[in-house]
Amino acid sequence: MNATLAVVGYYEPWWIQIIKAIVIFAVALQLVPIVLLAERKLMGRMQGRYGPNRVGPYGLLQPLADILKLLTKEQFRPATSVGVLFKVAPVISILTAVAAFAIIPFGDAQDIFGTRVGLYGVDVSIGPLYLFAFGAIAFYGIMLGGWSSGSKYSFLGAMRGAAQLISYEVSQGLALLGVIFTSQTLSLTGIVHAQGGMWYVVPQFVGFLIFLVAGFAETNRAPFDLTEADAELVGGYNTEFGGGPFASYYFAEYLNVLVVSGITTTIFLGGWLLPFGIHPPGWVDPFVVLFKMGLITFLFIWVRATLPRLRYDQLMSFGWKVLLPLATLNALVTAILVVVTH
Amino acid sequence: MAWTPGEDVVEVVRAPAPGAAGGLYRSFGETLRGLKTTFARIIEGPVTIQYPEEKVPVYPRFRGRHKLHRFEDTGLEKCVGCSLCAAACPADCIRVVAAENTPDNRVSAGERYAAVYEINLSRCIFCGYCEVACPFDAITMGHEYELSDYSRTDLIFTKEMLLAEPLERTPLRKEGE
Repeated sequence: MNATLAVVGYYEPWWIQIIKAIVIFAVALQLVPIVLLAERKLMGRMQGRYGPNRVGPYGLLQPLADILKLLTKEQFRPATSVGVLFKVAPVISILTAVAAFAIIPFGDAQDIFGTRVGLYGVDVSIGPLYLFAFGAIAFYGIMLGGWSSGSKYSFLGAMRGAAQLISYEVSQGLALLGVIFTSQTLSLTGIVHAQGGMWYVVPQFVGFLIFLVAGFAETNRAPFDLTEADAELVGGYNTEFGGGPFASYYFAEYLNVLVVSGITTTIFLGGWLLPFGIHPPGWVDPFVVLFKMGLITFLFIWVRATLPRLRYDQLMSFGWKVLLPLATLNALVTAILVVVTH
Repeated sequence: MAWTPGEDVVEVVRAPAPGAAGGLYRSFGETLRGLKTTFARIIEGPVTIQYPEEKVPVYPRFRGRHKLHRFEDTGLEKCVGCSLCAAACPADCIRVVAAENTPDNRVSAGERYAAVYEINLSRCIFCGYCEVACPFDAITMGHEYELSDYSRTDLIFTKEMLLAEPLERTPLRKEGE
């Protein structure tokens, strides 16, 4: 018996893999400042103000100024911090975020100058599992960052982050189960292909909502930003970080938002597919995916501007008493329906 | 036995207890209502005023920086150096030194004129008592409110500065605005 753990669709030469890795990293690097600016601008509008509009035309250079400011700051380390971990923690955060970005398919495999190239980093046959694996490692970034700072606030933030991630990862996984039952595949491109008839947001609407809510919690975004909780924990796990390391955490947070948007797009919103049977040429696919990701990211920002932060016990009871039973029920009902209809 | 409030006790209306399907539905509905509220703010547009570029128009009776006046026909100063403004000033920020008008040096319409007229704007509380006290309407409160400066001595306004028109005019609020 062939003991293959995961099948990766390696039909591309090694140099294409390298080029794709660079392109994905570059795209991720360019998208984050856009999301950063969009968030500040949109939240401004939602609060009846303009948002940043001083740096450059319409404040377009604001993220550049922010990043420059952060990178030119003094490298500072509290005396109580644990040196190596303090340095490594932000790196883990950013690494897992970029790694998770690699599996988001931006389009089908297509011919570019006679070479068959898939518009994604890797098409792993264990797509969602890969995602959860990196999500679990990402939690080390927060946990180690909070613990190695040697500060109460950071530690409290990290503990909250740990509890939150564990609680919501379960529901997130169960929410995806319905989709996986229906599509009979774990490959993300396979899931997109299975949505040719109807996007999974319609038959799996409950799963979509659960995944989205759990996604908010996984990215530590409002209303689940207890890890940061500026008012009570002065920034939570990243209190003691400044300059470059803080920029890494910041970058990772927004990249995680993009990853969750991308995964939601792929799994529930039909990836690069357009509704009403429109089949555009291949080069349109990435733009379709980016547009759908933009919509979900807008929802992230919208929710952040709307909902107040949950209390810790509310967060726990919502995760375990509402989301988890709902996700289980959703998976169960889908399983029964799949068995009955096949 | 449960305590029963009297007739005069106002009942507090409480939200239904959380939990169950009703609570889920309610929180979901309220979330959507909140989302609607924030989205309506985008359509409504910002309400902030871009201050240095855009200024709030002042009311006609707004009490800003003082102005000294001249007679429009003769060009003589209205101030006769009586020091009533200095006497009325609760912050004690006006300093007047009067001098006699002579036929070849005629500065004001009266017998005397203000040789020195200084207002220390770092002490002024903009109460407008000087304006009330003045028998000749020589000093009035203007509409200027952008008075910050780099040093305290620059905030002592001399007679020439108070007589001159302000460099930048503050927009005046129109009738009914």
